[in-house]
Amino acid sequence: MFGKNDVIPGRRLTFGITLTFVSLFLFIPLCAFVLFASGMGIEKFWSAVTDWRNVHAYGVSFFCALVAGLINAMFGLVIAWVLVRYDFRGKKIMDALIDLPFALPTAVAGIALTTLYAQNGLLGQFFYSVGIESAFSPMGITIALVFVGIPFVARSVQPVLKDLDPQLEEAANLFGTGNWTIFSRIILPELVSPLLTGFALAFARGIGEYGSVVFIAGNMPYETEIAPLMIMTKLEQFDYQSAAAIAIVMMCLSLAILLGIHGWQSRQLKRIGGVVSA
Amino acid sequence: MRESIWLRRFLIFLAATFLFVMLIMPLILVVKEALAKGFEVYFKALTDEFALKALYLTVEATILAIALNTIFGLASAWLLTKFDFRGKTFLGSLIDLPFAISPVIAGLFFIMLFGRMSPLYPILQEYDVAIVFAIPGIILATVFVTFPFITRELVPVMESQGRSEEEAAATFGASGWTIFRRVTLPNIKWALGYGIILCSARAMGEFGAVSVVSGHIRGKTNTLPLHIEILYNEYNFTAAFAVASVLVMLAIFVLILRNVVEYYSKDIEREEVVEPSADLKVGVANG
Repeated sequence: MFGKNDVIPGRRLTFGITLTFVSLFLFIPLCAFVLFASGMGIEKFWSAVTDWRNVHAYGVSFFCALVAGLINAMFGLVIAWVLVRYDFRGKKIMDALIDLPFALPTAVAGIALTTLYAQNGLLGQFFYSVGIESAFSPMGITIALVFVGIPFVARSVQPVLKDLDPQLEEAANLFGTGNWTIFSRIILPELVSPLLTGFALAFARGIGEYGSVVFIAGNMPYETEIAPLMIMTKLEQFDYQSAAAIAIVMMCLSLAILLGIHGWQSRQLKRIGGVVSA
Repeated sequence: MRESIWLRRFLIFLAATFLFVMLIMPLILVVKEALAKGFEVYFKALTDEFALKALYLTVEATILAIALNTIFGLASAWLLTKFDFRGKTFLGSLIDLPFAISPVIAGLFFIMLFGRMSPLYPILQEYDVAIVFAIPGIILATVFVTFPFITRELVPVMESQGRSEEEAAATFGASGWTIFRRVTLPNIKWALGYGIILCSARAMGEFGAVSVVSGHIRGKTNTLPLHIEILYNEYNFTAAFAVASVLVMLAIFVLILRNVVEYYSKDIEREEVVEPSADLKVGVANG
């Protein structure tokens, strides 16, 4: 562990600092949670996990995050494409703007989107006039999750698109291949991997998102309650065991998504024989 | 691929419209609502006693999170890139853990650790130390959610730089501190700056995790985002948006700063002679 052949100094020091921080801020809190959760008994755990109101909340979280992830995958691709391939006025601003959801506090986004999409809101009035409830509904939750997830897909597709080898495309052009064929047969296969990464990140983030969603969701039981809100509700009732049980289900859900995508990607990379980058 | 000018225009229009509706309109709305009742009401909402206290607490938590995460980020990145040891991959994924965990669950961790059902609770009670529903809890939760930011920015840069420069310096007898200051730091300063910016943006805006551990005690454990929530739920929309407009300005400032940092870091790369690790850098940036 403490290699004596190190040329560069600082192994002990950095190891000590890192270990102290990881223990204090990650490991001990995680262990406290696991200890508490394991002490609750399988019966209590199961009844909390399968409580219909909670099951409905996972469903809402999962479904809305999925739809928002798909919307972001589509628009993220268009945004990355436009930013990499075209020149137009305001391109720099557009490029900088994409990161706004990372910089803007989620509560601010939440109240702004709620006011925009509410019945008397700037955009909501159009939706409500044709009978679509754009706030306090699953659609409202999805809108908030789209906002939160915008940077993920665009930022993972952008660099790959930039470094795409132009030779294949040029060759196809010489043969007079149509645009759609070039895009779907040559470009898109290269983008599947970053698209999936971005989608998975946005999806996982969406399942756990709380701040931007609580305002626009309306939080009606069996309708627009999301899983993180259920944890909050249980905490307010001092029902710590149920809160822990819901948290475990959510963590398994996002872990499954991330691992699934990761596994799929490494299989693809092996198939193509590509080099796995960091 | 030669797209027609109309297809190009359509795609640019599509991207611009989407970003305008989803990103710009909420920003404009915040400003509009904040000023809806005039400047006087706006400034009154900002200089409200509770708003100022919330601002102090937000600044306090953000500065502490930045300080702690900078120390941790530098140490962990140095450890992960300059040395080999067993369990390195595991440590790397453990550090990334807060990215995969919902902030609400992160808050829950600290409730479990320091709250009423914790074995630590009687001890804390005896010494009259309040962590959960108090300021230390808010700081712990903020550090937790921003934990990976700086490490994540530093590791790829330090990895692509390799160890040879530091090894050479060490062979000539330079001390660890000198190597860090004179060899490593100049190479990583932009990545470090970027990591700090990301960390501060997230720290000042964190809502879910802080909401769980704060207990919402007005004037005591409210950060700015929590203060906004309270005002909004009291139907005091103008004040809520007034406070929100401060965070919008901070967010825009962060975005500008980010681009400045990126601009200068590219500038330096351009000035440098192309080194053999250039390919590697691109590869890592894509990862």
